Formats: sequence, structure tokens, C-alpha cells
Amino acid sequence: MNQRVAIWVVNGLLAGLAFVALFPLAWMVSVSFMQPGAASTLPTPIFPASPTLENYRTLFGSIGMGRYFFNSLLIAVLATLISVTFNVMAGYAFAKLQFSGRDAIFKTLLGALVIPGQVAMLPLFLMLKPLGLVNSYGGALVPTMASVFGIFLVRQFARGIPDDLLEAARMDGASEWRIFVLVVVPLLRPVLATLAIFAFLGTWNDFMWPLIVLTDDPLHTLPVALAGLSREHVQDNELMMAGSVVTILPVLVIFLALQRHYMAGLMAGSVKG
Amino acid sequence: MLSRRQVGWIFAGPALLVIAVFFALPVAAGLALSVTDFDLYALADVSTLRFVALDNYARLLRTPLFWQALGNTFYFVLVGVPVSIGLSLAAALLLDSKLARFQPFFRTALFAPVVTTVVAVAVIWRYLLHTRYGLINQLLDATGIGVIDWLGNPHWSMPAIILFAAWKNFGYNMIILLAALQAIPRDLYEAARVDGAGTLARLRHITLPMLTPTLVMVGIMTVSGYFQLFAEPYVMTQGGPLRSTVSALYFMYEEGFRWWNLGNASAVAFLLFVVIFAATWVLTRFDRGRGGATA
Repeated sequence: MNQRVAIWVVNGLLAGLAFVALFPLAWMVSVSFMQPGAASTLPTPIFPASPTLENYRTLFGSIGMGRYFFNSLLIAVLATLISVTFNVMAGYAFAKLQFSGRDAIFKTLLGALVIPGQVAMLPLFLMLKPLGLVNSYGGALVPTMASVFGIFLVRQFARGIPDDLLEAARMDGASEWRIFVLVVVPLLRPVLATLAIFAFLGTWNDFMWPLIVLTDDPLHTLPVALAGLSREHVQDNELMMAGSVVTILPVLVIFLALQRHYMAGLMAGSVKG
Repeated sequence: MLSRRQVGWIFAGPALLVIAVFFALPVAAGLALSVTDFDLYALADVSTLRFVALDNYARLLRTPLFWQALGNTFYFVLVGVPVSIGLSLAAALLLDSKLARFQPFFRTALFAPVVTTVVAVAVIWRYLLHTRYGLINQLLDATGIGVIDWLGNPHWSMPAIILFAAWKNFGYNMIILLAALQAIPRDLYEAARVDGAGTLARLRHITLPMLTPTLVMVGIMTVSGYFQLFAEPYVMTQGGPLRSTVSALYFMYEEGFRWWNLGNASAVAFLLFVVIFAATWVLTRFDRGRGGATA
């Protein structure tokens, strides 16, 4: 094939795909600035005729989106802090510390990866009820506090730490905790970033568990609130698009800023154990 | 001073405790729950709870809506997975081409939908698919194909959800496949070129065989993920029209948290688990049968 034609075909197809991938997101932003009702006219407008912030005002005013935003942010930040801490400690232990049953436990954990999380949801709901955790931030948090995937990721990475380094620190009389904080954690910094992004995005985007466990409106996260609103406000498309912008923008910005770490985790998670 | 063994347990302890209490225990409890008649009355007073052995499972197998939900889920997996992975593979091959320009930009652009929130993008797509004001229908109308009532016609509702899911997810597998493509030694292509193999011959005899283990792994992950369809129909169609998009998990959610038949809902969860397990097991066999390396 003619080289120049081939270049046009390859890049043309890529541009077409990129357009399909990005158009819905760009259009969402555009519609969110339209006057209420403007998106329901023919032909459907692509750009707002007279841009307005009214949808955002309604969203954060009468609908109280600020509250849902706060809930999402709080749960995602706490989930990130707790799960990164627990996963890093466990991943390091499975890689570098000897303890009885270590390898058997690790194999069991990997085996448990085939069990879909939804199998645990109904009984977990019943367990949390008497503990008073249904309808609380704590209830939304508990299943996110540690993950097999996270432990696996850290273990892979921590196995690269030279044993001599740890032994030298032990010779100097450093406690295990000191070694962990001053030697291990700094070496694991790249994987910490990866884990944090995965935990934050995963919790922020999660839908089914928060929908089940957070039944009171004031505790709803953004996806749960948005799903409810989209059922009530079927006609208010401009308002719903503004709601989608508020929900998507934070994760998109975080992804763009920390893309390198995200992709690293994706690759590490896909290699066989 | 603590012994080395104790230290290991102390470090691994918190995560293991969380996983044991909030995952392993509920999974075991779920199995127990699925052989009871746990319902709204038991929720109020546990003493009304009865052991019903496999009655829930037997009743489910006689419930038409359960079969419909399972059928819908299989439809979504059997069509949605090949469409999604096909798109991922096409995009990865284009990105891997040495003719491609602006590779980092395209890679990021194509990946962007993956990190977005399902519920929020489903809201956008619901409007893009609108019969009257949806841009997709206006495009179809302009090209002479005519308007499709995507979310209102039971024949088109699942294809609409598949299109949406493919758009949302293809970037994920694209990145994994792209890495596998880049790991194929360039000498292989050079040697084939010297032997006179054209672009298609090289794709068929070098690229695809080298890619098979990755494709199988990506297939397993996608199949198991797609069986867990829930948020898409919840937002876009609420299971309709005519229950054409009720997935197995949607059915479980309604049984459990709308009608509070938690025993029954647990049985649904376990049946779905068995189905996912069987499907992924078949895929791993397929790979081994072909001498693949994904063990």
C-alpha cells in the first residue's frame, strides 16, 4: 500500500476513535452550560446559545450537591488512606517477613480473587445492621479497607528490596517498625502512588455497595445521588449533565495528573502471579 | 522484643482481619443464607428463620424472570465481550503502528472513558440515545438508516447497553494489549517481511499467535466483569423495556433490597458465581489446549 495513504488511514481511524471516546464527555460539559430546556430543541444544539451557570446554581443550591460531593470525597479519602496503609503493611509482610502459614494464606487470597464481591454484599449488609453500620460512612468504608489486588501489587514490588538492606538495619538495632517506616516505605513510594490512585478512583466510582448500604439521602455519594436524581429529573437534561460533570471531573483530573502511576498499576495487575 | 514470626503477623494482620471479617465471613454466611427463607419477617424477628435446604435454588430454576435475567446477562457477555475486545484490539493495533502520530495523546484520549463514573456517563448516553433529541439518532436519521428507539424497544435495549459498555471499557484492555504488542520482538516482523509476508499475513501468523495468551487473560477478566452487569441497566433502562435488560445482579438487587427475599437473593448470587467460575474455567482450558502459557 502507498505509504502516504496508509499514514492517513491509520491516523484518520485513530482520530475517529478519539472523537467517539471524547465527544460524549465534551458534549456533557457543553450541555451543562445550556439554559434549562435548551438541549431539548431540534436540531439538538452542540454548543450553548447563551451560556449560563444556572444548572450549577440549582445543583449546589436546592439539590444540595455539595453535600453529596463531601460524602464522596470523605469516603474516597478515608478508603484510600486506610487501604494503602493496610495493603502496604501486608504486602511487605508477605514479601519479606517470615511467619507461619504465610505462603498458604497468600495462595488462599489469590484463589479468593475469583469470588465476585457481590456474593458478600447481602450477608455483609445483615452483619452491619446490628453493628449500627448500615447508613453510616463506616458501612460504606468497611469493604474498601484492604484488597487482595493491593496486597498482591505491593508484594510484587517489595520482593525487589534487597534482604541485605533490611538485615543491615536490623544489625544496627532498628526496630521492625522503624525499618518499615524509614527503609521500606520510601522504597515503595511508586507503588504507593499507584495503590492510592486505584483506591481513590475505585471508591469514588463505586455504585452498588454505597447504593445498598447508604439508604438515607444525606449520606448518599455522588453516583448514588446522581442515579436517584436521573430517575426523578428525567426531563432536566442540562441539570443532569451538570451533575455528571461534577461527578466525573475530579476523577478525570486526578487521572490526567497521575496517569503514569495509574498505567503502571494496570500493567502490574495484569501480569500473572 | 517481638520474634520475627510475630512481626509478620502484626504487619499482615490488619489487612487479613479486614478481608476475613468483611469478605470471607460474609461469603460463608451467604452460602448459609441461601439455604434459608430469610425475608422481611426474619429481618424483624430472626426466630422466624427456617432452614429450607435447596428450595431457593429449586424455586429459582422454575422462575421465568430468573431465566430471563440469566439469558439477558449471557446476551450481554457473549456479544459485549467480543465487541469490546475487538475494539480494544483494533485500537491497540492502530496505536502500535509505526505510522501512528501523537501516540501519547491518542492513548490518553482513548483511555479517558475508563476512569469515568459509570452512573454519570450512563446519564450522558441515555440522552445521546434519546429517540427525538439524541444526537446518535439524528446522525442515523441523516444517513438514511432511520431513528431507533434504543432504550424503548426490547430488541434494541441490550445492543444499546453493549455499545455503551464497549465505549466505556475498551480502553482498559487496549492498554494491556498494546503492551503485549510492543513486547513482540521486531526481528520477527523483519524476518517475515524479508520472506515476502504482507501486512495481513504478518498479522495472522505473527501478531495474533504471539498475542493469544494476553487475549485469553483479557478475555477472562472481561467475561468475569461483564457477568457483573448492574449500574448500566439501573441508570439507563431500569431493567426495561419488558425486562429485556434485567441482569442477574439487577435481579439479585431487586430480590434482596426491594422485596427483602435475602435467602433467595443469596441463591442468585451463588448461582451467578458458579456461572462465572465455569465460564472462566472453560477459557483457561481453551488456552492450555492451544499450548498457551497463561496458567
